[in-house]
Amino acid sequence: MDYETVIGLEIHVQLLTQSKMFCGCSTRFGAPPNTQTCPVCLGLPGALPVINRRAVELGLRAALVLHCTVHPTSQFHRKNYYYPDLPKNYQISQYQYLEHPPLATDGYLEIEVDGQRRRVGIRRVHLEEDTGKLVHPEEGNVSWVDYNRSGVPLMEIVTYPDLRSPQEARAFLLKLRQVLQYAEVSTGRMEEGTLRCDANVSLRRPGEPLGVRTEVKNMNSIRSVERALAYEVARQRELLERGEAVVQETRHWDERRGVTFASRSKEEAEDYRYFPEPDLVPVEVTPEWLEEVRRGVPELPDARRDRIMAQYALGRYDAELLVQTRATADFFEAAVAAHPSPKAIANWMLGEVSAYLNEHNLEIEQLRITPAQLAELVRLVEDGTISGRIAKDVIAEMLQTGDSPRSIVDRQGLVQISDEAALRETVEAVIQDNPGPVRDVLAGKEKAVAFLVGQVMRRTQGRANPALVQRLLRERLGLLGG
Amino acid sequence: MRELVGRPYHELRARLGKDLSVRELVEAYLDAIEAFDGQVRAYLTVTADQAREQARALDDRLARKEPLPPLAGMPVAVKDNLCTRGVRTTCGSRILESFVPPYDATAVERLREAGAVVLGKTNLDEFAMGSSTENSGFFPTRNPWRLDHVPGGSSGGSAAAVAAGEALAALGSDTGGSIRQPACLCGVVGLKPTYGRVSRYGLVAFASSLDQIGPLALDVRDCALVLQAISGRDPRDSTSVEVPVPNFAASLEAGVRGLRVGVPTEFFGEGLQPEVRHAVLDAVRVLEGLGAVVEEVTLPTLEYALPTYYLIACAEASSNLARYDGVAYGYRSPRARDLYTLYARTRAEGFGPEVKRRIMLGTFALSAGYYEGFYKKAQQVRTLVRRDFDRCFEKVDVLATPTSPVAGFRLGERTTDPLQMYLADVYTIPVNLAGLPGISVPCGFVDGLPVGLQVVGRPFDEVTVLRVAYAYEQATDWHRHRCPLFRG
Ligand SMILES: [Zn+2]
Repeated sequence: MDYETVIGLEIHVQLLTQSKMFCGCSTRFGAPPNTQTCPVCLGLPGALPVINRRAVELGLRAALVLHCTVHPTSQFHRKNYYYPDLPKNYQISQYQYLEHPPLATDGYLEIEVDGQRRRVGIRRVHLEEDTGKLVHPEEGNVSWVDYNRSGVPLMEIVTYPDLRSPQEARAFLLKLRQVLQYAEVSTGRMEEGTLRCDANVSLRRPGEPLGVRTEVKNMNSIRSVERALAYEVARQRELLERGEAVVQETRHWDERRGVTFASRSKEEAEDYRYFPEPDLVPVEVTPEWLEEVRRGVPELPDARRDRIMAQYALGRYDAELLVQTRATADFFEAAVAAHPSPKAIANWMLGEVSAYLNEHNLEIEQLRITPAQLAELVRLVEDGTISGRIAKDVIAEMLQTGDSPRSIVDRQGLVQISDEAALRETVEAVIQDNPGPVRDVLAGKEKAVAFLVGQVMRRTQGRANPALVQRLLRERLGLLGG
Repeated sequence: MRELVGRPYHELRARLGKDLSVRELVEAYLDAIEAFDGQVRAYLTVTADQAREQARALDDRLARKEPLPPLAGMPVAVKDNLCTRGVRTTCGSRILESFVPPYDATAVERLREAGAVVLGKTNLDEFAMGSSTENSGFFPTRNPWRLDHVPGGSSGGSAAAVAAGEALAALGSDTGGSIRQPACLCGVVGLKPTYGRVSRYGLVAFASSLDQIGPLALDVRDCALVLQAISGRDPRDSTSVEVPVPNFAASLEAGVRGLRVGVPTEFFGEGLQPEVRHAVLDAVRVLEGLGAVVEEVTLPTLEYALPTYYLIACAEASSNLARYDGVAYGYRSPRARDLYTLYARTRAEGFGPEVKRRIMLGTFALSAGYYEGFYKKAQQVRTLVRRDFDRCFEKVDVLATPTSPVAGFRLGERTTDPLQMYLADVYTIPVNLAGLPGISVPCGFVDGLPVGLQVVGRPFDEVTVLRVAYAYEQATDWHRHRCPLFRG
C-alpha cells in the first residue's frame, strides 16, 4: 500500500519597509555591523517599541491577497527565550494565544500543478520582529553580534498541512513569492533571506490520521526546499516500510550532501512563556483602514496576465511567462512603452533574454540592459538598420556588456547594406561563381534562390538587406517578383 | 543661603532675577547635599558640574531678560531608574552599575526643557522592587525625620532628598506605591499620575502595565507645576494617552465645597496602625469641614489586590529584566566560560535577592501550565478591581484613604520578612492596578514620623485630586513642618 505525503509550510517574509518594526532604524541590507541601531532595537533599558504602521499595512495587504480573515483587534505578545542575537531576550511577535488572534487567519492560495488547480489553506498571517545575527570569526574563541537586522519587520505565514508532494511545495512557494512580489510586500528572495521556509513533513496511509512529522529547516532556495522534502519523504517512507517509527524532531538540510540530519542538541520542549506585550496597545484595524489598504494593493499576476493579453494582443502562454515575476512584467511593459512592438519585444524576452538568464542563473533584476535598450534593438530591426540575424549578435553583445545596441552597431559596422549599387556587384559575383544553382533557379527550383541569397549574405557578413538581395537576384535572373 | 532651602518653588520664582539668581539657588541645594547627604544617603550620583553649568545658562537668560520657562532654576533630583544622557543610570543595581544611557527619558527631557536643574540621581530599591530602599544594590537611604528609620520605597532617595532639603522636587516612579509611600513616610507630597499621563520612555521598566513616573515636592502647588512639565502624549511611548493636559495649578484653589469624598471601608480595617487611622480620619473631617460631602464606600476586592499585583508585576518584571545578560552592556561576570555561564553567573552576581525572588516568581507565573491559573487569573481579578473603583466613582468624586498602614519602620525591621514588606503598599497597589491618579499629602505625625493621606481620583482627573489635596493642605500646616536636619 502506498503512503500519502503531507506537508505544511512556515514561511517568514521580510517586509518591504524603509524602517524597522518598532523603531525608525533603516532596514537596508549590507551596512557595516551595528550601524543601523538605536536604543529600541538594541534593547537598552527604558527604550520602548512603537508599531510601524507601514509594516501592519503590508501585513494586511498580504492577508488580503491570501484571502484571509483580518481580525479587527490583534495583540502582540512576548516570546521569552535567551539568545545573544535577541537583545531583549524576548521577541515581540503576534502569537495566536487564547483570546488574542493574530493579524489574520484562514485564507488560501491557489496553485496549479500538472494542469490541476488546488487551494492551499493558510492557517495564519502574523507580524513579528527579526533577531540580530551572530558572527563567528575563524580566528579566536569569540562570537560577535550584529544588531542591524534586530527588529526588522517579519511576517510569518503558516499553511495548513494541505500540500501533497515536494513539487506542490515548490509550486506553492513560487506562487507565494510571485504574489508577494506583485503586492510589493516583500522581495521574497530565499537566497537573500527575505523569504525563509521551514517545512513539516509526515506520511500516512490515505484516509488515516496524520503521521508523526519532522520539521525540516535550513533550506536556502525554493529548489532546495523541493530537494530536502523529496529526501525527507524518501527517508520516512523507508523507515515506515522497514516497520520503524518516525521520530518527531527538527532536521537540518545539508545542501552539499543532499541529506537532512537531526540536530545534535537534545530537543527540550521550550517554554516561551508568552504573554501580551504590555508596552504596546492592541492593533486596531478599522474597516476604513482595511478598505484603504485594499485599494492600494497593486495589480496581481493573474489580473496582469489578462490585461497584457488584451492590451498587447499576446497569447495566454506568452503572457503567463511574462508575468512570472513582477520584474519581468515591468521590464516588458517598460520596453513596450519605449517602442510599441509588443510581439517583437515579447519574442526577444522569452527567447534570447530568457535563455541568457537561465544559462547564467540570473534574475531579471540583474540584467545589464535596460528596457529602453531592448526597445531600441527592436526599432533598429524594424527600420532596416540591421537585419534580424545581426540583431541576434547585437543582443548577445548587449547582454554581455550592457552597451546600447546603437553603439554596438556603430562600433562593429553592422549597419545593414541597403545600397543597391553596392549589392548589385555582390549579386553579380555570386551568380558568376555559382552556375549550378543559377541553372536550378532558371529551371524553376525556388529553393535555390534562398541558397543564392545566403551566399550574398555570407559575402556581406550578414549585413545585406535580405529583402533587397532577393529582389536584385530575381531581377537579374529575369524572374518575376516574390 | 540656608534660608533658601526648604521653601517651595512657587514662593521663590518671583525673586529670580531680582534678589535671587539660579546659581544661588542651585548652590544652596548643592550645599545642603554636602551637609546632609552623608547621613541621609539619598543620592547615588550628584551632577554638580552639570547643574552649575545649567544654572549659569539660565542666569544668562535672566540677564538678557528672556522669558523664563515654567520651572526655571528649580533644583530637582531624578530617581536613578530614569535614563539621563551621559550620566550613569544604575537602577540601584550592580548589574547596571556602570551603565551610561545615550539618551534622556522623556520626562527628564521635558523637565530640562522646563528649566529645571538636575542635581543628581537618587537611590532606590533595586529595579524599584521594594518599599524601604533597603534593597538598593549600593546602600540604604535613611528617613530624614528619624535616621534609624527607612524613607519608604522604592523612590526613597527622591522622597528623602526633598524632605532633607537636598532637592526642591524630584521625579520618582510608582508601580505599586513607590512614589506615594515614600512621600508619605518622608512627609512630602507625592503624586502618581493616571497610567498613560506621563511617557514611560526612558524609565527602566519594572512592570510595564503598572509603572508611571510622577513628582515629589514640598507642597501640592509645586507638585502640580512639575506634573505640568512632564505630562502629555509621547510618540515614543505607545501607552501614553492622547488626552488634553489641563492647567493643573489653575484650578487648585477651587475648593472642595459639594465635592463627594468616598471613604472605602476596607482601607480602614485590620493592619492599620491606630494612630495612622486617627490622623487620616481627622483629615477626612477637615475636608468635610471645608464643605466636602463624605460618604462611605466599599472596595471588596481590596483583599485580592496584593496577590494580584505581585503576580502581574513579577511576571512582567521577569521578562523586562531578561535583557540584563552581560552580552551588550552592563555587568558581565568575569567567571563566564560559555554562553550559559555568561547568563547564569552575570545574573547571579548582578542581581540582589529581592530581584531574583521576583524574577523567579514571575517566571513561574508565566510558565506553561501555570499561566491560566496565575497570570491570566490575576488579569481577571485586575479587571474586577477596576470595576470596584468604577462603581465607587459613580457615587463619589475622589477616595480618601491612608497612604501607608504604618508611620514608618526601622531599618532592618522588615528585611527578613518579604510579606511584611509587601504589606507596606497594601493601600497604594490597588490604585496602580486600576491605573488611577493618586496623591499622598502629609496629614500628621506619629512619634515624630510623618503620616500621609492618599487621595485617589478618576482616570485623568488629576485636577480634582490636586484640588482636594491642596484644599486640605491649605487648611492645615503639616506641609510646613521640616525635618530635624534643618534645625541642626
Ligand atoms: Zn532601532
